[in-house]
Amino acid sequence: MEQVKPLVPVNALPKATIQSGFPALFRKEVRRFSSVAFQTVAAPILTAVLYLLIFGHVLASSPKIYGYEYAAFLIPGLVMMSILQNAFANTSSSLIQSKITGNLVFVLLAPLSHIEFFAAYVGAAMIRGLSVGLGVFMVTIWFAKIPFAAPIWIFVFALLGSALLGSMGLIAGIWADKYDQLAASQNFVIMPATMLSGVFYSIHSLPAFWLTVSHFNPFFYMIDGFRYGFFGDSDVSPYHSLLVLLLCMFLVSTLALRMLKKGYKLRH
Amino acid sequence: MSALSIRVVKKSYGDLVALDGVSLEVEQGEFFGLLGPNGAGKTTLISCMAGLCTPDSGSIEVMGHDVQKDFRMARRQLGVVPQELVFDPFFTVRETLTFQSGYFGLNKNDDWIDEIMANLDLTNKANANMRSLSGGMKRRVLVAQALVHRPPVIILDEPTAGVDVELRQSLWQFISRLNQAGHTIVLTTHYLEEAESLCGRIAMLKQGRVVALDTTQNLLAKHRPPGMPPKILGDDGAADLEAVFVKIMAESK
Repeated sequence: MEQVKPLVPVNALPKATIQSGFPALFRKEVRRFSSVAFQTVAAPILTAVLYLLIFGHVLASSPKIYGYEYAAFLIPGLVMMSILQNAFANTSSSLIQSKITGNLVFVLLAPLSHIEFFAAYVGAAMIRGLSVGLGVFMVTIWFAKIPFAAPIWIFVFALLGSALLGSMGLIAGIWADKYDQLAASQNFVIMPATMLSGVFYSIHSLPAFWLTVSHFNPFFYMIDGFRYGFFGDSDVSPYHSLLVLLLCMFLVSTLALRMLKKGYKLRH
Repeated sequence: MSALSIRVVKKSYGDLVALDGVSLEVEQGEFFGLLGPNGAGKTTLISCMAGLCTPDSGSIEVMGHDVQKDFRMARRQLGVVPQELVFDPFFTVRETLTFQSGYFGLNKNDDWIDEIMANLDLTNKANANMRSLSGGMKRRVLVAQALVHRPPVIILDEPTAGVDVELRQSLWQFISRLNQAGHTIVLTTHYLEEAESLCGRIAMLKQGRVVALDTTQNLLAKHRPPGMPPKILGDDGAADLEAVFVKIMAESK
């Protein structure tokens, strides 16, 4: 054992103060996914590119949408779908892993408020979602000419969409006791809702019934609003989409914060 | 002001009564033992102190801070070494300790982290991934994590379960030095010889109730079981703690 210094007496230690633990928890969550970036960032980019190659090829002769070829229409949808799915995956997988392995105790023992906890997990989910989205965009942009009609909407919907799905992932991660419960929420809720939100088509091409159903899917508004930022055209007004997104964000973040404050399934 | 003030704490899980009105005061600078058979409520009581579970009734204060109402200050004063050997497989030892320190808002804490690692013989494993460590080494990191914010009150929940003699000795040397520096230590263990040699005062729990609370000396002197074989007698003629523990548990209903 190395030579050790005498310990400072307790009464000579600086008075304990409360400083935010948010930056450390946020850094830890970012480091968690970035240390396995091949799996958490590169793999979803490849998946999105495969979608583009397959659907872009099969539907290449489709009529133009908003005056652009199908691949150009598809790319923003794929980017947003990747952002949403990966933001959800980050919080939910981190929490379920920490719960099942038991290392969440280190976070629960710390003097972190429920707001710091929420902000750190959702913030890191946003970073992952946006990283994957940017990666998908950088790779797919070479396949079609894409306009940037109203870029501010791109940022607004990317940020809010990733925050919303990060919050939803937080709820799923807290709620799920087992990996298969989490997989069920991912495969039976998030995946269908994103795939059927107009990523691959304009909802105006749907029969009347499914057109109506699509308006009850909040993911549709995220994709549609995001796409408006590129084309300056969308199925519904971006203000309408923004309102739906803000309402969803309010409801989901309120629920997530309440769960964290109460310690639901975290503190017994 | 007591280091720990536990007042009539009750906690049930369905029909199971885990804590049935536990009251304890642990003074600052004490080395306090919390003993009891499996299922006595020791870990539940520690969880309540640490804010990992909420008591149904009663209150707990750490250095005068209520663990529910003033939870941030209470947790800032408390370091807990959990019983389970848990770790985050994504990080190295140093990253683990740096993040843990950061959760307490201490972002420039490298000197103290180095000192803890030196004391726990972890320095040469600082850059090793947690997955690659042996069970004993992981246990040392758990202890280090509980100390990163220099808490005045340290709770060790069976810290030597399943670890080798060398680690036990180095761990107790370090914990004793922390106690001598004024840190309050609360220890649960099934190795009663450790409790006997380290703890100045001991509480024994059974079925969620405190069935004995006294100085270690008094417990040994008062509860010497009559007619015990000489092999379990200590050098001073008092019964050793294991015999006392067995007697108290048998007598308490």
